[in-house]
Amino acid sequence: MLVRLTYGPAFGVRNMILRLLVLAALAFAPPALAQGEDWPAVLGRARGQTVHWNAWAGDPRFNDYIAWVGAEVERRFGVKVEHVRLRDTGEAVARVVAEKAAGRTADGSVDLIWINGPNLASMQAQALLYGPFVDRLPNAAKVDWQGKPSTRIDFTLPVGGMAAPWLMAQVVFVYDSARLAEPPASMAALADWARAHPGRLTHPVARNFLGATFLKQALVELAPDPAALQRPADDAGYAAASAPLWAWYEALRPALWRQGKSFPENEAGQRQLMADGIVDLYISFNPAEGAIAVARNELPPTTRSFVLKAGTIGNTSFVAIPYDATAKEGAMVVADFLLSGPAQARAVDPDRLGMGTVLDVAALPPAHRAAFAETPHPPALLTPEALGKPLLEPHPSWMTRITEEWERRTAR
Amino acid sequence: MTAALRLGAGLWLAALAAGLAGTLLPAFGYLPALGADGFGLAAWRQLLGWPGIGHSVAVSLTSGLIGTVGAFVAVTLFCAAMQGHRWFDRAAAGLGPLLGLPHAAFGLGFALLVGPSGWLVRLVSPWATGWTAPPDLALVGDGWGLTLAAALAIKEAPYLLLMVVAALPQIRGQEHLQAARSLGYQPVRGWFLVVLPQLYPLIRLPIYAALAFAVSTTDLAIILGPSQPAALSVVVLRLAFDHDATLLLPAAAGAGLQGLVALAAITLWRLGERAVARLGIVILRRGMRGTPAGEMAGRAAGALALLVVGGGSLATIGLLALWSIAGTWRFPDALPDALSTRPWREALPVLAAPLLTAAGIGLAAAMLALAAALAMLERPWRGSRALLYLPLLLPQVTVLFGLQVVLVRSGLDGHVGTVVAVHLLFVLPYVHLSLADAHARFDRRYLDVAAGLGLSPARAFWRIKLPMLARPIAAALAVGFAVSVAQYLPTLFAGAGRVATVTTEAVALSAGGERRLTAAYGFAQGALPALGFLLALLVPRLMSWRR
Amino acid sequence: MATLTLDGIRLSVGGAPLIPHLDLAIAPGTVATVMGPSGSGKSSLLALVAGLLPTAFTAGGHVRLGPEELTPLPAHRRRLGLLYQDDLLFPHLSIADNLAFGLEPAIRGAARKRAVDEALIAAELEGLGGRDPATLSGGQRARAALFRTLLARPRALLLDEPFSRLDQDLRIRMRRLVFDQAAAHDLPVLLVSHDPADAEAAAGPVVDLQALR
Repeated sequence: MLVRLTYGPAFGVRNMILRLLVLAALAFAPPALAQGEDWPAVLGRARGQTVHWNAWAGDPRFNDYIAWVGAEVERRFGVKVEHVRLRDTGEAVARVVAEKAAGRTADGSVDLIWINGPNLASMQAQALLYGPFVDRLPNAAKVDWQGKPSTRIDFTLPVGGMAAPWLMAQVVFVYDSARLAEPPASMAALADWARAHPGRLTHPVARNFLGATFLKQALVELAPDPAALQRPADDAGYAAASAPLWAWYEALRPALWRQGKSFPENEAGQRQLMADGIVDLYISFNPAEGAIAVARNELPPTTRSFVLKAGTIGNTSFVAIPYDATAKEGAMVVADFLLSGPAQARAVDPDRLGMGTVLDVAALPPAHRAAFAETPHPPALLTPEALGKPLLEPHPSWMTRITEEWERRTAR
Repeated sequence: MTAALRLGAGLWLAALAAGLAGTLLPAFGYLPALGADGFGLAAWRQLLGWPGIGHSVAVSLTSGLIGTVGAFVAVTLFCAAMQGHRWFDRAAAGLGPLLGLPHAAFGLGFALLVGPSGWLVRLVSPWATGWTAPPDLALVGDGWGLTLAAALAIKEAPYLLLMVVAALPQIRGQEHLQAARSLGYQPVRGWFLVVLPQLYPLIRLPIYAALAFAVSTTDLAIILGPSQPAALSVVVLRLAFDHDATLLLPAAAGAGLQGLVALAAITLWRLGERAVARLGIVILRRGMRGTPAGEMAGRAAGALALLVVGGGSLATIGLLALWSIAGTWRFPDALPDALSTRPWREALPVLAAPLLTAAGIGLAAAMLALAAALAMLERPWRGSRALLYLPLLLPQVTVLFGLQVVLVRSGLDGHVGTVVAVHLLFVLPYVHLSLADAHARFDRRYLDVAAGLGLSPARAFWRIKLPMLARPIAAALAVGFAVSVAQYLPTLFAGAGRVATVTTEAVALSAGGERRLTAAYGFAQGALPALGFLLALLVPRLMSWRR
Repeated sequence: MATLTLDGIRLSVGGAPLIPHLDLAIAPGTVATVMGPSGSGKSSLLALVAGLLPTAFTAGGHVRLGPEELTPLPAHRRRLGLLYQDDLLFPHLSIADNLAFGLEPAIRGAARKRAVDEALIAAELEGLGGRDPATLSGGQRARAALFRTLLARPRALLLDEPFSRLDQDLRIRMRRLVFDQAAAHDLPVLLVSHDPADAEAAAGPVVDLQALR
């Protein structure tokens, strides 16, 4: 133990340097340029593998979708998919950390993980991912890398082919048109509306990603220099950029549900408050949230969605492969299938998931394009045009700082 | 036999020690996977500097203590007022299904009952309250966790009552009570002065277990507890599963703190025990026999306790059932507009396999625990009980955190057998607890007579003792089965996410929080242990020679 | 049958002597009575003879049946029938199954049934073989317990206050029955009691444990 204590800092520094090197290498790696010549070999090794796909399982539609993917890849490629149902993506991250702590280098329990944002950044920083592998996926060529920059850069950090894009998500607000005729067009207007209607608005706790997103949406709108948000936050920069946010929030908070002393734990809590008629609108990261809730009898048919005039934050959901995954080839086959036309068209269908596609639909062969055009369009779902172009996520350090400050401010 | 017992005890101790060490080392700064390899108090400082951590500890302590006191008071009042009454046996018989209901499902149902948009508010709205929209009242998630405490009281009361029912025959309470009455004491007063002091030592340990559980519950605290600052258990969970993996260090410290909070709660309880005992002595020495009016009040309180606990539990289960088949159901309607089979059509195909897995694991864990518990009861040794009950007094997360690293390191995680083994940590103490009294009460002269009739000790054990203990054994199996089925964190940690049970599926889905589907999952989850308790009631009767 | 001999029996618990020295020979067909107040070691003496002495006790001396040394044998090899003040019928078995419980496995089929039926008749329990023990009267249960013991063909009887729970009338009748059966089977009987009437009726050797100290 003494030895470790003495040499501890040295190891720490070496670790840091290593990590920086990895990050630098990733930043310069061109995403998805080379076609994988070895793909048939990957398919060959993948056949017969079982992929343990760790994915948040709070939404039965996603569970159904993953089950469908499993059936398809088994039929097409002989790869079995086991959906490891998570309450929180952090559970899978913690497991990979435990495996690394135990010194495991192969036969890991997680083969594929649905991930983005700080979880992805954290796994990258701890060197817990396998890759880069995205440039080996044949379907990666169809991704709209240029038109949808969040497929390359997640929360300002280059993904570097360490995670394959899967779905596009964007902030929307869900409301009931029977109760709220004219939804506010900006976060400032939202606060005005809340003060006129005390107790009718809330958001999840900031430790939950959606709660943090609510605050980030305001930060992006109110920050004096939005470009600063694309860089890591330092103390001075953070103080300057976040001052208007907190002024706005302190003015809003007494008008929130329970005078801003209590908050739902997650999106589900919000939806229930909405369903019970306690709040009049709520934030979501799934553009089809309102349409889904109507279809499932949770919200009335008069439910609609809106986005802010200056746009809302959007990001990409990825799938990544841990460094010690057992079925790496199988996981790559699944990641590739997720980027196929049929899989993406199904994800866009609001009767299935209602998420956005990461593909460049215009560049697809006509037969595949037709599948995208045929999707139904319930009134609670915004058209892609109305949704508009997503705003970029700030650097993860902003989210960390905002979450911490929010917890300090709201803790008694 | 003795060698097997020693080996078992060694493994048991090793698992606990590994779990504790694996938790405490990161808490003191050692987790090489995260580049943390120096010892220090940084993790503790970070934890203690966490916003609102003091309040979080206070919420955990107060809600756990109030909840356990509530359960204890309700159970003793009920027993004092009703012992010997036909309602007493009926209430005791109805306990099984209530015990089997998992905490997450119970929490959801309880919120549907007492929340601002809950059924109680709906019943009186809008005609009495004028509310056409749910009131902005902190009926759930209040800052001090009082709703959480109420839910804990109602959820723990059936468990305590079961322990009382198991202990009562040992002390011949009915006869002592009659003696007290013949000396002029009112029955309720007499029960508290004569029966309770004899009963209490027998149920002390189950109470401590309930208390340790109450101060560290996560499922109920997430649903019913305050959000900001949240109960300590919720803070630990948030830290452990945060996207920032380095927060695992303060999370480990939090798991340690959780253990200290449980210890503090038990210490406070012990102090309370002494104060109450002293008060009892004062009343006893003055020969105060109680008044008819006090007696009436005592009986009324007992009936009220039954009403609140029984009614609350039944309404909670009923609401879960109703929501799982509800179509449109808006505030302030007391009943849904339409019914729908959709939740069940979605739930059943998904749940079939996990239900079977949970049943298989539960059966294996319960049977193994039964064998181990019987072996320990037949050959007790000093300190075995303390060692055995340790997992009940420690918050789960405190042990599991470290145990996971050990399991991963040895490559044991992810197997069904490992899940069964880790379940045993929590199943065995409950099975032992359920069986110990009946085993101690067994009149060993039956075995002497059998020896006189030429039966060897081993054969007498199988042919006399086991059949005569059939009922408590069946009950202990059902308890063990229910405990196993309800395990969430141990299944998740030991199963590496690869072993899916109805509980892991239900809890994962509840993250999405769709009421109808969550209700259906919770109901399915509760059905399994309820089935176990039903079998425990029926099978010994069928096995008996009379049928 | 053979004589039951207690030879130089010593018994102590935690260093405190209970029985300093006891010699006793019980001939077949006779009933020896051991008297003494509670705590005098009566029941412990019985347990020692039966081979059921708890480990907290230290004992010395020999127990013999005829020439056979019983001391090293475990209880179930000694074939000594035990009767307590409680009948201790196994509650999960019917009366007939309780009676059959002690029968040697060598007795099979029709012979087994016949043996039980005869015992039921002798115990005045005819037609009650299928009943749950709990549904019988105290006297009926006591008789069932006696015949269960006899059916196991014991080589001696050890009785631990077997009549003390019965009322006056029943006690006299049961005592008669037990002694008659013991005599009929030519069994040595060791009876432990604090009731002088028992010793009187037994009409055999009497040992007062208190007097031994």
